[in-house]
Amino acid sequence: MATDVAAVGELRPGTRPGRRRLPLAWLVVVPFFAYTLLFLFLPAGEVLVGAFKGAHGGATLSNLSDVIHNPNLRDDYKTSIEVSLVTAGLGALFGVLIAYAAIREGTPRWIRSALTTFSGVAANFGGIPLAFAFISTLGVLGIVTVFLQNQLHYSLYQHGFTIYGKTGVEVVYLYFQIPLMILVIAPAIDGLRREWREATSNLGASSFQYWRYVGLPVLLPSIISTLILLFGNSFAAYATAYGLTTGQSVHLVPITIGFDISGNVVSNPHEAQALAFGMFVVLAVMMLIYIPVQRRASRWAK
Amino acid sequence: MRRFSLSAWIWIVLAAVYFLIPLLATLLFSIKDKQTGNCCSLSAYGFILHDPVFWSRIRLSFELALETIVITLLLLVPTIYWVHLRLPRLRAVISFLALVPFVVPPIILVGGLLNFYRGSPQWFYAKPFGFLAAAYVILAFPYVFFSLDAGFRAIDVHTLTEASLNLGASWRTTLARVILPNIKVAALSGAFLTLAIVMGEYTIAALSAFKTFPVYIENVNETQAYPAAALTLLSFGITWAAMGSILLVGRRGGATRVQLGGGGR
Repeated sequence: MATDVAAVGELRPGTRPGRRRLPLAWLVVVPFFAYTLLFLFLPAGEVLVGAFKGAHGGATLSNLSDVIHNPNLRDDYKTSIEVSLVTAGLGALFGVLIAYAAIREGTPRWIRSALTTFSGVAANFGGIPLAFAFISTLGVLGIVTVFLQNQLHYSLYQHGFTIYGKTGVEVVYLYFQIPLMILVIAPAIDGLRREWREATSNLGASSFQYWRYVGLPVLLPSIISTLILLFGNSFAAYATAYGLTTGQSVHLVPITIGFDISGNVVSNPHEAQALAFGMFVVLAVMMLIYIPVQRRASRWAK
Repeated sequence: MRRFSLSAWIWIVLAAVYFLIPLLATLLFSIKDKQTGNCCSLSAYGFILHDPVFWSRIRLSFELALETIVITLLLLVPTIYWVHLRLPRLRAVISFLALVPFVVPPIILVGGLLNFYRGSPQWFYAKPFGFLAAAYVILAFPYVFFSLDAGFRAIDVHTLTEASLNLGASWRTTLARVILPNIKVAALSGAFLTLAIVMGEYTIAALSAFKTFPVYIENVNETQAYPAAALTLLSFGITWAAMGSILLVGRRGGATRVQLGGGGR
């Protein structure tokens, strides 16, 4: 191969003039860049540009202002952000507590390995099957619903609970949010050295003081960066909510965009693009916070 | 330090209840009789196994997964190798590019792709092995990138390459017999994760009207509850098998690494 011959000569970069080296060395990475350009940046870029295009061409802000002034679409964002905040917050809280319970000394080793293995599966399990698993559990005819009704004479659905609503979506999302938190936070908890705890107790600190002044400050950057990850994970999710509600009862931004794309709602073709632009802005802001916090978090991780 | 903590055990039991009951409920649903709804029968499983549509859909998804894995590895392995060997300054750029799919949700990606490639040739736009596979490679990028990047960081790319070339091996031999065996575990981990992603991906397939395995689950779900429960368990089993394979190859390769998920999709 011609490139092979050329590349062999490049093994000792110092022996050649630097100018000729650069283009050849770059040649190898061109396919990757070309691919991301063709199938990610150009299509996504068109969505972003489309958000500012008028129905008959020309640049306009009317699509965005339509979204902002449409109370239904504003509510979509509100619901999406609420669901993401709740499932990220609760996912992080429960994730940390469960991970710590499994990792701390005195808990058998096998529980930890079972938990991390299961978390790896559950964090990647989602969409329609997950929605169905919860309908089997807490749906109108779900096993738990029927059990509570028959054995304890307690009707979940008469007391306002429904798995097909916003609370239901949150309960279901936690099924992949908590495991994701466990996967990310476990190495950080491993990073809490035993000597720190011994040192604090030798110095007369209480367990509360240990957590307040040592444990939490060390874990905090990891917890915050994972919170952002969980928020984005929930904010971008479509299939699970769609499977649970068939898009009818809970109006999240991705669900509305889905309807626009599949043409079930006759509306401004640029509405979906304006909605997508809003999602992109939220996620990009999250990413800008994530990167520096992540750098801080990796300091103590083992 | 206390050896036994009541609160720790309470959290572990609560977690077990929350995570296992939905699976148990699905199992109980799947063994109800398709006609009568009584326990216990394997008729829901029989229905699936005798449905030719099931076999064609799961086959399509599996072939899509293989195609996605091959394309992703062909694009990423040489790129990451070369970046580690020659263009270390580019590493930040590449890892940023590989992170971008996290910021572009599948629902936006599919909308953008449908728009951008409208009017492209039928062999691409209307075929799952064209359009859908192209999108799945983008979805797989972050996962496979981080797996491979960690794999390349764990070996001394410079020394291995120079030693191999100094001993008279060609570039092809160096890649095939020196570099690839050393990153095999990382590549396999990325491949199994991609398999799990593609076998479960619904959003892009449904909105671009391709009939993959997850779309089949949704169709069955609308009309027949018990076979849908069986399919749900099967889907969980596929994810489990893929993740188990990662642990297995990782253990054999002497590396344990956390795999991050992207559940919601």
